Amino acid sequence: MAKAPASPKRAPRKSPAKKSPAKPAARKSAAPAAPNRERPAEPDRYTASKEELLEYYRQMLLIRRFEEKAGQLYGLGLIGGFCHLYIGQEAVAVGLQSALDNDKDSVITGYRDHGHMLAYGLDPKVIMAELTGRAAGIAQGKGGSMHMFSVEKRFYGGHGIVGAQVPLGSGLAFAHKYRGDGGVCLAYFGDGAANQGQVYEAFNMAELWKLPIIFVIENNQYAMGTSVNRSSAEDQLYRRGESFRIPGLQINGMDVLEVRGAAEVALDWVRSGKGPILLELKTYRYRGHSMSDPAKYRSREEVQSVREKSDPIEAIKKELEAAGVSAEDMKATDKEIKAIVAEAADFAESSPEPHPDELYTDILVEQY
Amino acid sequence: MAIELKMPALSPTMEEGTLAKWLVKEGDTVSAGDIMAEIETDKATMEFEAVDEGVLAKILVPEGTDEVAVGAVIALLAEEGEDADNVEAAPASEPAPAPAPAESAEPEADDAPPVKPEPAPRASDPDLPEGTAMVTLTLREALRDAMAEEMRDDDRVFVMGEEVAQYQGAYKVTQGLLDEFGDKRVIDTPITEYGFAGIGTGAAMGGLRPIVEFMTFNFAMQAIDHIINSAGKTNYMSGGQMRCPIVFRGPNGAASRVGAQHSQNYGPWYAAVPGLVVIAPYSAADAKGLLKSAIRTTDPVVFLENELLYGQSFEVPDTDDYVVPIGKARTVRSGNDVSIVTYSIGVGIALEAADKLAEEGIEADIVDLRTLRPLDKAAVLESLSRTNRMIVVEEGWPTCSISSEIVAICMEEGFDDLDAPVMRVTNEDVPMPYAANLEKLALVNVDKVVAAAKAVSYR
Repeated sequence: MAKAPASPKRAPRKSPAKKSPAKPAARKSAAPAAPNRERPAEPDRYTASKEELLEYYRQMLLIRRFEEKAGQLYGLGLIGGFCHLYIGQEAVAVGLQSALDNDKDSVITGYRDHGHMLAYGLDPKVIMAELTGRAAGIAQGKGGSMHMFSVEKRFYGGHGIVGAQVPLGSGLAFAHKYRGDGGVCLAYFGDGAANQGQVYEAFNMAELWKLPIIFVIENNQYAMGTSVNRSSAEDQLYRRGESFRIPGLQINGMDVLEVRGAAEVALDWVRSGKGPILLELKTYRYRGHSMSDPAKYRSREEVQSVREKSDPIEAIKKELEAAGVSAEDMKATDKEIKAIVAEAADFAESSPEPHPDELYTDILVEQY
Repeated sequence: MAIELKMPALSPTMEEGTLAKWLVKEGDTVSAGDIMAEIETDKATMEFEAVDEGVLAKILVPEGTDEVAVGAVIALLAEEGEDADNVEAAPASEPAPAPAPAESAEPEADDAPPVKPEPAPRASDPDLPEGTAMVTLTLREALRDAMAEEMRDDDRVFVMGEEVAQYQGAYKVTQGLLDEFGDKRVIDTPITEYGFAGIGTGAAMGGLRPIVEFMTFNFAMQAIDHIINSAGKTNYMSGGQMRCPIVFRGPNGAASRVGAQHSQNYGPWYAAVPGLVVIAPYSAADAKGLLKSAIRTTDPVVFLENELLYGQSFEVPDTDDYVVPIGKARTVRSGNDVSIVTYSIGVGIALEAADKLAEEGIEADIVDLRTLRPLDKAAVLESLSRTNRMIVVEEGWPTCSISSEIVAICMEEGFDDLDAPVMRVTNEDVPMPYAANLEKLALVNVDKVVAAAKAVSYR
């Protein structure tokens, strides 16, 4: 079948003169393969209204201040165990989740999950109270930093095993499709999880069954202490779906408007029944992998340079300025956010621990 | 009032550390994110970042100080508009201990141990309506009927796995389901256990009722992370918010001449996990009634079948509403001389052994556990209280097994009823060999059961 005509599905080539259809291209050819199937459009940077810009600013600042406070409470011994902060990556969750339809779409992520919940509008008090292990926490103090959920808001965790959320998210997408509810699942994972085998098992089935899911790789450059190019043979992670026919887009994850623009394209693609899409968001975490990571695998200058040149919050401040928002108005928002975070911290410190009897509850739902 | 900077805890276990170096000096203006000091722990040197902005007013712990306790005030930061030369420390405050736990309905002493809920009263097998006919079915037909009946009743129920649809099931357990329910609800998967177990689990979290078939439970080891970490623990970790009503089912235990990697009993593995329900039936009636319960329950269930039993025929009540309660053992043969506790294919071996024992005047009381978690302790102890002797028959390894668990239960809660040590009759503690003679030697068999029953009867 070597000389069979090109598949009828093949889109017309832009430059048909380059190759003779009768002769398959030689392997040596360095020319990029012409796309033989439909691809999503290159996303445009989103044009946000002043109100939207203010809202993104508010949300990103809330995440940043919340995480700084969480780091502080960890230092005071009020938060225990592992605690992975989202500082630096705020534009990703805010840009993507602002595009969702909260009445039907679902979100799932890994253990660096505080930011995604805040971007969902969940009450900072109950999130902080979960971090301090209190009864008022979103999981009644039984989940902690890595395991938080809000089924009511369709936020399905908060998963502690690297990569597990990718098949689980595909399962949520399966349920959307099975029920025909029009929902899309947004499944986040990191550059480290992108090397897990189960991710590719999920890619295969998601495309095979055309599941409504957006796979989001938050590439913050380091899987704990191992940089992407020390762990990934293909370090352009947006290409990781290609062999499953899942198109990928690489996006600047430090610019909330570029992220939001990509979300629009991805949601259009998935909602129109074309199956999954993969977004690689290039981002950066300023803090260590977790609180106990001294981050000796990168230089202080590297971190400082990202902070100075590409900080997502500084970037949106410039947008706000250009939109005519005064420095005073921004300061007022800063003050408001500080108060919200201080209130969350007070609540998390002063609310009671779970009752000892909670030890035995919620293991099984039913009685046998 | 100045902001107190406290010695941070930089790891889950840190209690004190060395303040190795100050990178700022008194009078410096700092902003959030600036590195202020280096702190050495037993594991690493960490940087201490400023969280607030202000002017460093006073260093209270000089650099080079060892054994600085976590939480000790190490410096004072003057806030905007405050005079850095004249700061005033807030009254010394340790991190406040957590307030007392949430009030319960009844007041109790502070150090009272948590109250462990009593197990629910044991349900009993359903009474069949008078005149219910019995029908002879193989185990595989009974399992298929259970799935088909539940799928007719509840359109959230679907089945996925390798070869479950077009091939009609690798062991023909799903035969006919594709024709009746179509490919939306009977789904062939690629050979990717980890992936489809995760997708099934996610679908259950999203509100569906999946039945995930493993071609055998040997392959489920590829997927065990989702069974235990994702399905088994999420309800607890979410404070009871996130349900996972899923059934993982397929053949378990030794088949025949398939060697070590394909011959293993995972009952003890899954039964060790709080958050899972584990069922391992023997008869077709129990398999049908329990699979229906498993599909209906809101909890994640591991349902262990046995390939060697798939073709065996049993009497099954001829009704589409035969539901057997989870968590209840069944006495399959009554006797007062020795108890034989067993499950799955072990029940058949125990029944044969009981016939031989009866010829020698020993009447065995056979308890089929049926559910391995939650385990019906009461049924085990009740049988022991009548016979005062017990053996446990298990087609599986002896170490850390269901048998070991039964022995522990008898020691802890039935000690006064014991007239002899409880003995385990299991497979040999070896990987399953291929050679026919060695395989036979490795497996539990009727003669070993008879010998053990006589030994605990001192005969």
